[in-house]
Amino acid sequence: MTVLLETRNLSKVFDAFRALDRVNLAIHDGELVSVVGPNGAGKTTLVNLLTGLLAPTDGQVLFMGKNISGVGPVELAEHGLARAFQLIQIFPKLTVAETIAAAVISRQKKRWRLFSRLAADDPINKRVGEVAGIFGLRHRLDTVSAVLSQGEKKLLDVASAFALDPQVILLDEPTSGVSTADKHTIMKTLIAAAKLAGVKAIVLIEHDMDLVAAYSHRIIALSEGQVLADLPPDRFFSDPHLIETVIGKRRGH
Amino acid sequence: MKVSPAAIVALCGTCALALLPAVVPPYYAGLMIPFFGYAIALLGFNLLFGYTGQLSFGHAMFLGFGAYGAAVMSGVLGIKSFELVLLTVMVASAAIALPMGLLCVRYVGIFFGMLTLAFGMLFHSFLFKFYSVTGGDSGMRVPRMNILGLEFAQYNKIEFLAGPFYYYCLGILVVAGFVMWRIVHSPFGLHLRTIRDNARKAEYLGVHVHRFRLAAFVISAAFGAAGGAILGFRIGLADPELVYWTQSGQLVFMAVLGGFANFFGPIIGALTFTLLQDQLQSLTEYWRFVLGAILALIVIGFPEGIAGLANDLWRRLARRVA
Repeated sequence: MTVLLETRNLSKVFDAFRALDRVNLAIHDGELVSVVGPNGAGKTTLVNLLTGLLAPTDGQVLFMGKNISGVGPVELAEHGLARAFQLIQIFPKLTVAETIAAAVISRQKKRWRLFSRLAADDPINKRVGEVAGIFGLRHRLDTVSAVLSQGEKKLLDVASAFALDPQVILLDEPTSGVSTADKHTIMKTLIAAAKLAGVKAIVLIEHDMDLVAAYSHRIIALSEGQVLADLPPDRFFSDPHLIETVIGKRRGH
Repeated sequence: MKVSPAAIVALCGTCALALLPAVVPPYYAGLMIPFFGYAIALLGFNLLFGYTGQLSFGHAMFLGFGAYGAAVMSGVLGIKSFELVLLTVMVASAAIALPMGLLCVRYVGIFFGMLTLAFGMLFHSFLFKFYSVTGGDSGMRVPRMNILGLEFAQYNKIEFLAGPFYYYCLGILVVAGFVMWRIVHSPFGLHLRTIRDNARKAEYLGVHVHRFRLAAFVISAAFGAAGGAILGFRIGLADPELVYWTQSGQLVFMAVLGGFANFFGPIIGALTFTLLQDQLQSLTEYWRFVLGAILALIVIGFPEGIAGLANDLWRRLARRVA
């Protein structure tokens, strides 16, 4: 299996606080890998490092063999690594079609076209229709994002990231803020969409153990900035001590 | 072919403006020249404010670049072609805006506003203090120039402004409006709007946030200079008053009055402001008080300005008919 995303001795120190300590992990083609851990374990720091938002204190992030440490979100998108946020991020005044089109414009490298009519650009509009179709948003194309339901906003947030045709997508608690009943629907839509969109691997940051158990191929547990375990789900969930560390501490907060 | 409502609005507006000199006295037609100047500057201002979400409090500086540029070119260098002057001041203004923007676009909200205000005030004090270069508080003369290579020597100033120059400015407004319409409806324009709505998310969709804010800033500077050159031409003077921060405030006022969420809003705002100011000034010396009260009413009652109000009425009417 090809390694798509990899960290080598990745460390991040904030003042005196060691948020991440020599983390080594690899994400392979075809995998859905969950990153779990109690609050303060370093999950968010890891995502911010993986997505180039923060530069590591030490170590490297490699994406398809290229060092992408601290390159920033725009270049990251160009490399083929997309991110959906924990808190829903939309463009309130833009329609569903415009939101997806923004990503398609980047992907098709048409951002500096100052005078061409977006409405008449068939390759863009075709792709927008396809992506909206994958996420079941086709009937909502002309709806302003602010008036969508919470679940639809989440789908749109992720759909726009998918429109970049990423190789790997990082989903930061994709079902937070969504009702329990909708959680599995959203996860299934996301995974099916990822396959349709040609996404090769998904990194899921999640604290909901139901979802982690149901969808992961592999689980990476973080604790106090270090990798505590890197196991397939069956072995992960058969270790009570491990579960205690990851879930038990959460309850303590 | 389907005709968009915007095209109808633009066509009706242009026709009304084209017929105006035939039905009103030359005084009023001449009064429309500042409207054209402000409207063109506001098209640029609103690319930055309404579409990119960056509120500039120093935009009068660009009006100044246009007016003083015209004064230098025609008054000092003796260039007679207004087209050449227009193009030059637009390019020069954009070139000056580039380094300024590099610094400013890193900031948002009040910090961007204050930085642009600071640059505006710097330019104002430069104009005020460097008497030998800029004429200080008496400004610099802007001699009459040729338009389209024609001198129109048989017209006196009022006739010229109310006649040929009126149509000339209308033509520039139509061209500027068309260019801006294309910009805001282009892929580039959509990326600007993503920045306005959510810059963090935009970055993750591959939007070059800083570069695009800078581009909007530079374009708005060019439009501002074009408007300023027209204002200077009309008065025959490039005056430091034109660059004072209250002028920047006036531009913001016009955009809010007309409605910055609508493409035509700032143009409507410029028109309303120009007419209102003229009427109020002849009625009362407390005209600023009345203008302030009107702005307060608009912000509280109709936050989307006149254009938003018109849109609402139109929708209600359409619903009643349907």
